[in-house]
Amino acid sequence: MNKWEDNKAWFLVIPVFLIVAVSAIIPLMTVVNYSIQDIFGPDNRIFVGIEWYQEALSDHRLHAAFQRQLLFSGLVLLIEIPLGILIALTMPKRGWGASLSLVLVALPLLIPWNVIGTIWIIFMRPDIGLLGSAINGLGIPFDHTAASLDAWVTVMLMEVWHWTPLVVLMAYAGLQAIPEAYFQAARIDGASAWSVFRYIQLPKMRGVLTIAILLRFMDSFLIYAEPFVLTGGGPGNSTTFLSIYLVKQAVGQFDLGPASAFSIIYFLIVLLACWIFYQALLKVGTGDKQ
Amino acid sequence: MAQIDLNKLAHSYLSKPTSESDFALQEMNLSWKDGHAYALLGPSGCGKTTLLNIISGLVTPSHGKVLFDGNDVTKQLPQERNIAQVFQFPVIYDTMTVYNNLAFPLRNRKHPEAEIRERVHEIAEMLELEDVLNRRAANLSADAKQKISLGRGLVRSDVAAVLFDEPLTVIDPHLKVMLRRKLKQIHARFKLTMIYVTHDQLEALTFADQVVVMDQGQILQIGSPQDLFENPQHTFVGHFIGSPGMNFTPCEIQNGTVHIDDRHIQIGPGYENLSGHFELGIRPEFLTLHNENIQGSHQVTIQGTEDLGNCTIVTVLLGKHSLKVKMPEDQEVPADIGFLEFPPQWIRIYADGKLINAISTENRNRELAQ
Repeated sequence: MNKWEDNKAWFLVIPVFLIVAVSAIIPLMTVVNYSIQDIFGPDNRIFVGIEWYQEALSDHRLHAAFQRQLLFSGLVLLIEIPLGILIALTMPKRGWGASLSLVLVALPLLIPWNVIGTIWIIFMRPDIGLLGSAINGLGIPFDHTAASLDAWVTVMLMEVWHWTPLVVLMAYAGLQAIPEAYFQAARIDGASAWSVFRYIQLPKMRGVLTIAILLRFMDSFLIYAEPFVLTGGGPGNSTTFLSIYLVKQAVGQFDLGPASAFSIIYFLIVLLACWIFYQALLKVGTGDKQ
Repeated sequence: MAQIDLNKLAHSYLSKPTSESDFALQEMNLSWKDGHAYALLGPSGCGKTTLLNIISGLVTPSHGKVLFDGNDVTKQLPQERNIAQVFQFPVIYDTMTVYNNLAFPLRNRKHPEAEIRERVHEIAEMLELEDVLNRRAANLSADAKQKISLGRGLVRSDVAAVLFDEPLTVIDPHLKVMLRRKLKQIHARFKLTMIYVTHDQLEALTFADQVVVMDQGQILQIGSPQDLFENPQHTFVGHFIGSPGMNFTPCEIQNGTVHIDDRHIQIGPGYENLSGHFELGIRPEFLTLHNENIQGSHQVTIQGTEDLGNCTIVTVLLGKHSLKVKMPEDQEVPADIGFLEFPPQWIRIYADGKLINAISTENRNRELAQ
């Protein structure tokens, strides 16, 4: 019997296949389709091959946005992962204090993203914002709408405030899962607090930290709503990250072809970066060479 | 190495204990002598792990004192006391090699590297870990991991005592026997004070030269395995040690004459002044079951037999009391009716669960006479 054709299992697979097709594959293929044509209107399009890809890859504004994006994601990981672990370590392990601190820490995660942008606009305003006017009050001129550095500081602060809690929650869950006997054994062995962290807590958190790093990298690499609301990509182009640039191109200028080509490249970059991270993190601390 | 004394020690996990049941450990005075191998035996939840954690300092007792060689260490942290402890489940430092795992307790105490190397190799050789010394500990089997945990407990030569908290629970049965023998060898070689917590009587009896039996936070008896078997001080010890446990049957005593219902049971001397309701205890191993009615035996109904291969456990009914008899494999079990003999030298008499010694009765007489 031909297993390929006469197989009732197809009927079981088809629904999932259709859902994935409609939700992911067809939209993606539409983008691929756009990316190789120049579109003037619904019935007016020209096949251009890989021209948009060549254009996107040689676009120096895109290069700048890409470098900005790498710097941003790098800083996010460098700040949020250690800070998240540090906060998780200091949180109470049980009792009402544990519940209270979990709720407090999780609060920023519950706020809609565009609202976060709005909160920080007000918070950082040099005239009436709590932090903005406080900094100015100290004699340091600070205005995130005027100075690039100030805009960066504001976006980073917002990002760290918004997303470190996710790292905290994951690290905390990882810490809670360590059996008490490990800490007891470490006390008997005379281990210092640093040794306990280095040889018990950190290795045991490897799994959750892998996920946390991947999530924070992907999310920060795709960040859009908060900086769009806060700075709109400015001043100048100083906080124009990849997705803000992409939306400017696709929606602002309606250049669907170049924007599509750019989207495909963007998607491939994220995919590649995640794969590299994942492979690297799988190997860390397991003793496998390579 | 040191002698460990527990002085009026009691522990409650509640902040304000009011009744006796609030205590995980009832008040006890106990000495663990230098260089002995002890087993702490009792059912789950009887407080043996609590007692062990108090000795190691992981738990601070609510009442009483812990003394190492006469020095009060009650308030000292585990790292300040000179003590090693091995836990039920293997605790290893995943990212370290086996060698570094074993060296860890020594390095934390700043021993010179040369001494560490010598000591680690010595322990690794004894536990047969030499082949894997340079491997990462994380990728080894559960057995090997627990051997590393044992090794970390044994690697320090200067400890007051090595405490084991059911360390062989996760080990395969055939390896269990091997490791237990290793521990005995290590004990013989280094003369370490060892306290071994277990709920497995076989493990306790084969490991230790002194067994401490606990139940419900109390120490019921301390003795050699033979002592626990022949003279259980408490009915619980009789039940708990031995397989099957000791038989206990209610009996009437009138000036030293024992009756179970209306049957007269002959017992040894020393109980002459005893009268009232008691319990008669006898090991299944010491009861004899005959085919015919011989002098001093009692007719019983055979209820069931279990053939264990090297012996047969027979359940018999004496009147309405059920007793177990352990018979050698080569002896034939009577069909329905048998005749049970109680050897007087193995009969023990208990009141309120506690053993009444024949000699102590004499002492009591002397006291009464005075």
